[in-house]
Amino acid sequence: MSAVLVFFDAVDGSLSSGQQELLTLAASLGEAHVVTGAADPSEALAFDGVEVVWTGESEISAPDPALVDLLETAVRESGADVVLGTDSADSTDALARLAVRLEAGLITDAVGVDGDASSGATSLTVHKSVLAGGYTTSAQVTSGPAVITVRPNSVEAALSAGAAPEVTALPVSASSSGVEVLGRTELEASERPALTEARVVVAGGRGMDGNFGPLEELADELGAAIGASRAATDAGWIDHAAQVGQTGVTVSPQLYLSAGISGAVQQRAGMQTAQTIVAINKDEDAPVFEIADFGVVGDLFEVIPQMLEELRRRKT
Amino acid sequence: MAESAAATPLHIIVLVKWVPDYQLERRIAEDRRMDRSGGVLSELDEYPLEAALQIREAAERPVRVSALTLGPSGASASAKKALQIGADDAFHLTDDALAGADVAATSVALRGAVEQAFATGDEETEAVRLVLTGMASEDGETSAVPAQLAERLGVALVTNATGISLEGDAVVVDRISASEQQKVRADLPAVVSVTDQANDPRYPNFKAIMAAKKKTTTSWALSEVGLTADDVASRTQVTAAAPRPPREAGEVITDEGDAGKRIVEFLAKERVL
Ligand SMILES: Cc1cc2nc3c(=O)[nH]c(=O)nc-3n(C[C@H](O)[C@H](O)[C@H](O)COP(=O)(O)OP(=O)(O)OC[C@H]3O[C@@H](n4cnc5c(N)ncnc54)[C@H](O)[C@@H]3O)c2cc1C
Repeated sequence: MSAVLVFFDAVDGSLSSGQQELLTLAASLGEAHVVTGAADPSEALAFDGVEVVWTGESEISAPDPALVDLLETAVRESGADVVLGTDSADSTDALARLAVRLEAGLITDAVGVDGDASSGATSLTVHKSVLAGGYTTSAQVTSGPAVITVRPNSVEAALSAGAAPEVTALPVSASSSGVEVLGRTELEASERPALTEARVVVAGGRGMDGNFGPLEELADELGAAIGASRAATDAGWIDHAAQVGQTGVTVSPQLYLSAGISGAVQQRAGMQTAQTIVAINKDEDAPVFEIADFGVVGDLFEVIPQMLEELRRRKT
Repeated sequence: MAESAAATPLHIIVLVKWVPDYQLERRIAEDRRMDRSGGVLSELDEYPLEAALQIREAAERPVRVSALTLGPSGASASAKKALQIGADDAFHLTDDALAGADVAATSVALRGAVEQAFATGDEETEAVRLVLTGMASEDGETSAVPAQLAERLGVALVTNATGISLEGDAVVVDRISASEQQKVRADLPAVVSVTDQANDPRYPNFKAIMAAKKKTTTSWALSEVGLTADDVASRTQVTAAAPRPPREAGEVITDEGDAGKRIVEFLAKERVL
């Protein structure tokens, strides 16, 4: 079977669901090999089918360009004709540079990949959702290897636990050539599901008027991630990481509940491929109602507590 | 600041793309390429342009800000808009061989144009070089062109800047990585992509619009930046494109005290609870 190299720009404790989806996708195309700059990834990668894992001699993290050297070396070692990574900025940066070195075709933000790696990179079909969800496209690389980044929540993760794989260190170490990290601040980790990976997203906009409390209660009740419009993140009511839309994250959850968000085109770009959309807005002409499967014209500070009451009533 | 840095001029090239208007309906044509019959300056490219202008205003050294666009003849409109906003001069790379260019082809062509544009600098003093880009194009949205361009130019890359300032012959950039906020320093030359969190872009005023009429835009074909059609072959191809059926508006009710309950009932019916 042909090797499919999966790149993880970071591995913390256990794999995120997006990373598990990537491994699942890789295994459907060929034999999953993993390369990462993370130190000691073995435990996190203890899944059936993951037998080959490469790291550097030391930990290498973005934006260190040594990640590209590591990737290039791992492609040579594995003979992989397909390289997959998540569609995050750090991963895209490294894979885009790798594609230049390999003179390979690069396709970003895929929502699916079909085919068999042993028939060659150019035989794979890559599916995308483009123009803010307005079109679906299929694409192929015309020159291998195929370097592909994949959007989270696109593939159903199906992995079974296995033995911790052996890790081989390649002769590549961290460098600081040209880019020096002066400081790092961890972003606050939330107890809630990751926004891009969540099954349910509840999102608030300018209508929250500085108070995300009711939405947080609703998120707790639904096991949801919290999203926001740029108006809400710009106002500083919630972290920028929660921004959904053109310049925030793109989500495709089963349910997107939008509260106090008008539904500007930049916001819609990030959420209109959700399976079901519910909107609460006090303006009956708000554009969000054009794409909502169920809409409520009303004050969110009244409607959300009604929802909470009904959800809790059903639980008892 | 080092004395040499104060004396050496800085040349910033800002990449500006002419894209179909994000606010209007955008179309992929029969040939599976973007319908580029109309367009505007990509709003996301106003942020790197603003960053360049702020660097120019704060610097105690000569700073030249050039706008560079790659695209069909209409794309000269985005160069013109950049001049009105405040760029000193502009370049427009245009060639039939670039139609439908993918990331690889685009970055090869941009490399040629960037090197050519930098070479138009003052011959006596070798200026320090910086390329600024938006966080993504509003049409292709790959966010991969800055990385491929940096790799081809063989210079440092910093993406997703939420803040950028000049320190000597380096830039200090705040950026967001997957799980952390980073402050990094990159020695110039470098390619830096700038997000919409970085600043509030200015609008061109009447004076600036008048002043822009005296600024030059240089147009090049591929051969004028030392490239052939073969050099800019795409490495990917789109094999199918279909519009997604538009979402239909569903039921809209007005709250009469029970709308929250009715949402929950709807969710239960749709089995998303
Ligand atoms: C380059 C660029 C990139 C952008 N990227 C993004 C992006 O990624 N994501 C994004 O979201 N936006 C983005 N925007 C901004 C976008 O254009 C809109 O300005 C923004 O989405 C508006 O946010 P909003 O809907 O919360 O606010 P508004 O448009 O002000 O809407 C607030 C809504 O809340 C309703 N409301 C108020 N009070 C209540 C209440 N008590 N109960 C119920 N409803 C109430 C109002 O009726 C109104 O419809 C971008 C803009 C630009 C220029």
